[in-house]
Amino acid sequence: MWRYVIKRVLLALLILLGVSALIYLLSMLMPADYIDNQTSAALANGSMTQDDVNRLKELYGLADKSFGGIIKSYYSWLISTLSGDLGFSFLYGKPVTEVISDYVWLSFLIALISFVLQTVIAIPMGIKAAVRQYGVYDYTVSVFAMIGTALPSFFLSALLMNVLSIKLGLFPLQGLTSATIVFAKDAHLEIFLDKAWHLVLPITVLTVLGVGGTMRFTRTNMLEVLNSDYIRTARAKGLSENTVVYKHAFRNTMIPLITSLSGMLPGLFGGAMITETVFAIPGIGYMALRATQQGDIPFIMGYNMFLAILTVSGMLISDLMYMVVDPRVKLS
Amino acid sequence: MENDKKDMNDNILVVNNLKKYYPVSRLSFGTKAFVKAVDDVSLSIKRGTTMGLVGESGCGKTTIGRTILRLHEVTGGQVLFDGIDLAKIPTRKLRKMRPQMQMIFQDPYSSLSPRLPIGEIIGEAVRDHKIVPKSEYRQYIVKVMKDCGLQPQYFYRYPHEFSGGQRQRISIARAVALKPRFIICDEPVSALDVSIQSQIINLMMDLQEQFGYTYLFISHDLSVVEHISDTIGVMYLGSMVETGDKKLVFSNPMHPYTKALLSAVPVSDPDIKMNRIILKGDIPSPVNPPSGCKFRTRCQSCMKICSEKVPVLKEYEKGHSVACHLYSEN
Repeated sequence: MWRYVIKRVLLALLILLGVSALIYLLSMLMPADYIDNQTSAALANGSMTQDDVNRLKELYGLADKSFGGIIKSYYSWLISTLSGDLGFSFLYGKPVTEVISDYVWLSFLIALISFVLQTVIAIPMGIKAAVRQYGVYDYTVSVFAMIGTALPSFFLSALLMNVLSIKLGLFPLQGLTSATIVFAKDAHLEIFLDKAWHLVLPITVLTVLGVGGTMRFTRTNMLEVLNSDYIRTARAKGLSENTVVYKHAFRNTMIPLITSLSGMLPGLFGGAMITETVFAIPGIGYMALRATQQGDIPFIMGYNMFLAILTVSGMLISDLMYMVVDPRVKLS
Repeated sequence: MENDKKDMNDNILVVNNLKKYYPVSRLSFGTKAFVKAVDDVSLSIKRGTTMGLVGESGCGKTTIGRTILRLHEVTGGQVLFDGIDLAKIPTRKLRKMRPQMQMIFQDPYSSLSPRLPIGEIIGEAVRDHKIVPKSEYRQYIVKVMKDCGLQPQYFYRYPHEFSGGQRQRISIARAVALKPRFIICDEPVSALDVSIQSQIINLMMDLQEQFGYTYLFISHDLSVVEHISDTIGVMYLGSMVETGDKKLVFSNPMHPYTKALLSAVPVSDPDIKMNRIILKGDIPSPVNPPSGCKFRTRCQSCMKICSEKVPVLKEYEKGHSVACHLYSEN
């Protein structure tokens, strides 16, 4: 088994190398780079000359956009990354690792809560829908779950903001803290509750978006198991319907379910770019979107490598989980 | 009346006019069509005996077995188990009765839950139905395993660690652990190779001798059926065409279909000249069966009446009934 893990890790390193080269190339080839974005206004009103801009580009390492130049600067990025230094973010003026570690935890908290909610809601729904296949419950749940999945997150966010915040005033519109309330320094509980209140809508959006997929996945796998011969055996034994469904059927459904869910875990650190932006939540997704718009290459690189590592390790975890949950599987 | 009562006590299972139809959707204007998987079948099995049910694949053998135990809902007819109509009683009561009638399934690979260890597969329902007191539970399961030729150390192993023959022993142990009186064996050996088949058949006969089980043995293998059965039922396209005492049916097959089936049994002597009856054509669609006698499209002695009237099962000699117009004058 350890041989398998080592092989997979080596393969993952190769994938990461390819991903980094591709993203570096693409972000260097973006038509307007960070300096262009920052200086275009000053250049237009004459307070800066083209020479100043070029000097700045030289300073930031963005001057040479020839293929050879890109390879050279990619090489130096690679060397410093391998020594553990992801460089300084242009936009945030801080080391990239620091920006990531500052903002990732809020995103993770939001994602984790909605992941738990989504799992707790979707799995029982999927089971029940499978047991009553083509019944009223099945159709109702499936339709609503699919609507939730099909809605774009910005649309659902806007809808909830309009109805629940603007019309009904139940929840704050945006942000993480109330700007109009001044809290005493030691009012930790109040500050916590205020933040939690701000996070209700974003978490709701993420949960609704996720329920459909997990529910359909549970339903499909459950149906497959419910139609298998050993379920008929269990019924012939005279076991109660609950035992048949939860002990015999659900146990076997859990194999693919746990595998796919545990594969999603690393992804929770990646941040929800659109939802965070719509609600102006200062999470890692929001920061990454701003950095990408501005052409902040060190941060783009750092963030995308972070995502790539999460994805690769998610796949590895889900493969390893197969072995843990299913007594029949031996990886080689 | 008197006669009826005696009959009830003698037979553990009486099936009257059992029907199982499956709706098939048709494209044209909502006309409902049915696959008549089991069409008006009656049979009875005496306590402690074995009835063999034969017929080619697709003739409804498996469906009839599952419908008797109401693993499929019954479309029509009666299933009297010890005088209680299984087709009518509420599912809650049926569940309580299930230990008395068990089934051994055809495929030993897919009929055992892959996530449960053997001890649990055999013992789960024993606990659920309180077949033995708690204190004796473990001993009892080990004893049942031993009776079925399984070693006690298999208790914690999983089904995928066993061969087909062993798995079928597990299936048998699972069924007999509930102390049933009636067991439906749905082609229990057809998935096994020949040397294992005989072991399993012998195990089942030993258990029958020891515990007095009644079997309904479903198979398409006539030599196996001849070996294990006391009575025989021959099915064709959802209907019973001939039924009776094993010796009578095998020595004097009356229905042309039975004759054809028996002539197809391989004989181990190459010098014997076989007079094989080769059936022409395929089994007709059960959605649209031929009018009159269902077998007439493939029958060698088809007459005019066969397409007009459905033949009914009639007792021709004592303990031997046949549904064929050839004998209807007698």
